Amino acid sequence: MAKAKHWIEPHPQGVYVRPADIWIDPSGAKQHAVVTHGHADHARGGHGEVWATPETLAIMGLRYGTDAGTPVAYGEGFERGGVRFSLHSAGHVLGSAQVLMEYQGERVVVTGDFKRRPDPTCAPFEPVPCDIFITEATFGLPVFRHPPIAGEIAKIFARLETEPDSSILIGAYALGKAQRVIAELRRAGWDKPIYLHGAQVRMCELYEELGVSLGELRLVMDTPKEEMRGQIIICPPSALIDKWSRRLPSPVTAMASGWMRVRGRARQRGVEIPLVISDHADWDELTGTIRELAPKETWITHGSEDGLLRWCELHQIRARALAMIGREDGDDG
Amino acid sequence: MRRFAALIDSLIYTRSRNAKLAAISTYLRETPDPDRGWALAALTDSLDFPAVKSSTIRNLAGTRIDPELFRLSRHHVGDTAETVALIWPEAPDREQSDPTVDEVVQALSSTTRATAPDIVASLLDSMDSNSRYALLKLAVGGMRVGVSARLAKTAFAQAFAVPLDDVEELWHALDPPYVALFRWAEEGGKRPDLSTTPFFRPFMLSHPFEGDSLDLGAYAVEWKWDGIRVQAVHLGGETRLYSRGGDDISAAFPDVVEAFDRAGVIDGELLVRGTDQGGEAASFNALQKRLGRKTVSKKMRQEFPAFVRVYDLLIDGEDDLRLLPWHERRQRLEAFVPTLNRDHFDLSAVIDVDDFAALETMRAGARDAAIEGVMLKRRESPYLAGRVTGHWYKWKRDPLNADCVMMYAQRGNGRRASFYSDYTFGCWTEDGELLPVGKAYSGFTDEELKWLDRFVRQNTLNRFGPVREVAKSLVLEVAFDSIHDSKRHKSGLAMRFPRIHRIRKDKPAEEADRIATLRGMIS
Repeated sequence: MAKAKHWIEPHPQGVYVRPADIWIDPSGAKQHAVVTHGHADHARGGHGEVWATPETLAIMGLRYGTDAGTPVAYGEGFERGGVRFSLHSAGHVLGSAQVLMEYQGERVVVTGDFKRRPDPTCAPFEPVPCDIFITEATFGLPVFRHPPIAGEIAKIFARLETEPDSSILIGAYALGKAQRVIAELRRAGWDKPIYLHGAQVRMCELYEELGVSLGELRLVMDTPKEEMRGQIIICPPSALIDKWSRRLPSPVTAMASGWMRVRGRARQRGVEIPLVISDHADWDELTGTIRELAPKETWITHGSEDGLLRWCELHQIRARALAMIGREDGDDG
Repeated sequence: MRRFAALIDSLIYTRSRNAKLAAISTYLRETPDPDRGWALAALTDSLDFPAVKSSTIRNLAGTRIDPELFRLSRHHVGDTAETVALIWPEAPDREQSDPTVDEVVQALSSTTRATAPDIVASLLDSMDSNSRYALLKLAVGGMRVGVSARLAKTAFAQAFAVPLDDVEELWHALDPPYVALFRWAEEGGKRPDLSTTPFFRPFMLSHPFEGDSLDLGAYAVEWKWDGIRVQAVHLGGETRLYSRGGDDISAAFPDVVEAFDRAGVIDGELLVRGTDQGGEAASFNALQKRLGRKTVSKKMRQEFPAFVRVYDLLIDGEDDLRLLPWHERRQRLEAFVPTLNRDHFDLSAVIDVDDFAALETMRAGARDAAIEGVMLKRRESPYLAGRVTGHWYKWKRDPLNADCVMMYAQRGNGRRASFYSDYTFGCWTEDGELLPVGKAYSGFTDEELKWLDRFVRQNTLNRFGPVREVAKSLVLEVAFDSIHDSKRHKSGLAMRFPRIHRIRKDKPAEEADRIATLRGMIS
């Protein structure tokens, strides 16, 4: 059996698969790249040849103006330089995939980003047995346990009940988080129009085109201020404290992110309703997935790698941290 | 606890003062005694459970979770209590209960150091994550929910529509859970009689002076002393010494307490005489040797004798003078102080100065170790609780400045948990070595903090736990009030109130100041 350390090379700018001359999620432009999902810290523009799911290609097309690339559906794959690549659902955002690579009898999985919780806007995570599991660890500390989403959504309705004249402004990353929050609001019975910041519109439209229905969406810009009392508005996190939010009547700021679990983080951003909603695996999901797959080795790409590394050590699981750059613990948690 | 925990969280996430007031008022009205009184005491940091320390809960966490995972989590979260609340493993089959605040307080106050871990653990086991947070903050103190004592009192006054001044005064005379205070406020009963009890009266506070000039006919001038503000009370045969926040610090200064034997309440600055100072007030550095002690040795008392430089008289015998104008109180004060023990009490002089220009010159020239600047007090002002505009101004002398090089950075706490916001900086020796001269964690804007944080992350040389050593390339212009000899630091220097004045991206690190230059600024 081949030893992964001979054919898979972790570099600060991404994982390089030597026999195939392919990079996975490289942070700079490369000749050949497999892209796991459309978030900017994984999908960069300017690559020569790209393999990704059709949804990820569509998202990259929206962001970088070109959707050239080879679409690979979940469960399907291709071969290059003796390496068999296939993509498997990661449950992170629409189109997000794990990459399974098989070479000379060895199986290696790169998760990109993933979560195990149900999400009405994307396919669920598929556990893929492997020898080497190369995982993210955004929330690789035992303080991060995401509560059930229904309770978080209920916080919004509770505030609207005590302050019916306010407008609830939810900061949510434009790709994935925004649509998930909208879909969960719908599932909880909110059938009024939901208002969008201009920067959220195109991605929501794309989700609709790709078959995720989000109900009636309106632009804040097209709506008179007074009409937005008692309404829910979705905007990019950066707009929460932007001049833009001044056009809303009595805004109450909420933010949907796994980081909201820590009070200091919520306060730092001046968030009044912290919504602990994440598209990443929490501590229990990370450790549970490693237990379930029981790989021979676990490699950790980014996040709180020290914490997950320590857990592996305690459970006598072989693990190493890869120190990837450019994966930031920003707003997309 | 759930209701209390919800109050704590709503205060944490609310920036608006009015919303905070409303949240506290509602809680006080809707919650029965004694829970609401305990809650009020907790919000104002008036509860103390000596058997439960931050280390108790940290060690306790170590019994349920790997210490290394805890340490990593603590660094990320930035707060021990919150880390424990979040990390505490929940037994899925265990039923959660909701004890009252009173039950929690009784449990915590009846523990010893030996039993504390078990009692806290069983409370933690019974609660959800938010209640655990509230419990731990209650137990170790330091709520940090953006509620000052003043705000809590205002909320109390608002909740029951009673005068704030009455609340201020009664507050300090009563102990948690303040059942008598609630009864008085709710039922409109008679005010409890406190004339013979020694208790703390709220200080009159000043605003920074920011104008160009002031009519010295209307305002008197005094030196602003660099000690700690104290109130000495001798009533009903008992004497107490209170600090700025109303804490009883009598135990640390028995020399002062024993010497104050005339019925009254005085307001002044606590200073010490250094052995070298020939009877003059020594620098704040000397005073620090006596601060924060539970007991004080005879040697300490002799080496660093403490005294109060008195500048106001609130109560003289049985007369409450607070409603009199400053100049009338001053007359009474000038008669009062000479009757006190001269080793421990003297009068803060009123400075005679012709006009404002002369005052400016005098303030700029004042480099006495114990002088921080000048105070401007309106002659007609009564003694008012709190910081009321237009009466008292402080006008600190201009700070000193030095160009230093950033050496180490550490993550902040709470709101700044994810930022490297505490910086250690140094200056050059004659041999070209960089030695730390101080540490600062303020003075910059939010934007600058982001920039500094990025600088630290991109220029890290080494990591020592929460501390990062950075490339010695960034010059920080540091402002400080004064600088003193210190045996504690290798540089032999200690700054008072250092803060980052400016980030000097333009200045090469080699051109930062030398230790010798700083040494020349010692006052």
